[in-house]
Amino acid sequence: MSARVPVVEHAEHHPGATEYIRIALVLTVITAAEVAVYYVPSLRPVIMPMLMVLSATKFALVVMFYMHLKFDNRLFSGFFIFGLVCAAFMITAFITLFHLLSAPKAF
Amino acid sequence: MEHVAALPAQAHVGETSTGLNSRKVLMWAFLGSDCMLFGSLIGTYLVYRGNYPSGPKPSDVFDIPYTSVSAFALLMSSLAMVLALAAIQRGDIRRLKIWLLCVAGLGLVFIGGQVYEFTTFGSEGLNLTTATFGSSFFTLTGFHGTHVTFGIVWLLMLWMLAARGQMTQARSLDVEIAGLYWHFVDIVWIIIFTVVYLIPAI
Repeated sequence: MSARVPVVEHAEHHPGATEYIRIALVLTVITAAEVAVYYVPSLRPVIMPMLMVLSATKFALVVMFYMHLKFDNRLFSGFFIFGLVCAAFMITAFITLFHLLSAPKAF
Repeated sequence: MEHVAALPAQAHVGETSTGLNSRKVLMWAFLGSDCMLFGSLIGTYLVYRGNYPSGPKPSDVFDIPYTSVSAFALLMSSLAMVLALAAIQRGDIRRLKIWLLCVAGLGLVFIGGQVYEFTTFGSEGLNLTTATFGSSFFTLTGFHGTHVTFGIVWLLMLWMLAARGQMTQARSLDVEIAGLYWHFVDIVWIIIFTVVYLIPAI
């Protein structure tokens, strides 16, 4: 039976207000870049990877700094990453099954 | 005058086998499972987004500048949320109340925008039964909107507790857990905004 240990409530290294605002500025710039990229016709050939990278960067910034996963216990990261991996697997499986392995059909 | 208790953060929680707060563990487990829910909804949307035989196509109805403003409002609500958490961790209940109201207000702006968008789409001929594109689009964005609505109610309840002097520095974990949920709905929208709105018209 596992020993019971006192609860450690909060990580001690959460960012301060200044860092939160800096991150918000970065998120704002990335969002503006996403929308700008959408309207530039010459970027069409590379727009999908560009949007994916920009979106993943925003996602990571919010998760690491606003949700404090960068500073918190790794068990929390484990729960979240497990869910993310399952979600990615499901999306990949859906696209593989319904687009790559099946003939086009009318719905 | 604000009521700030001097109780230590550990005062109202017991011991666990991991040393972690069980409510926070539960919230992260829930968020992990919610990733799977939204993964399946996004996957379904990606499968059906090209199927609109009897209705308007995505590029006919999506208004990117309008949705960008909505997405920005939700993104900035995440900033207000962390500032609310920082405020209660300092014991500043007055600022906690201000930031909680900001978060709920920005959430309401987002939901109001979504209601307007859905109404506009309906008037342009796109609804839940128009085509599988419509079904998957409304199911995905509707589930997200429901999450945001639940978050707004949660935040307003925290604000009411703070207004009645029942939120103290010792209860900062309550705000942190609500914040985790709120940031999660924000990151889900980050993905939806890119996958649903920006990529389909390419």
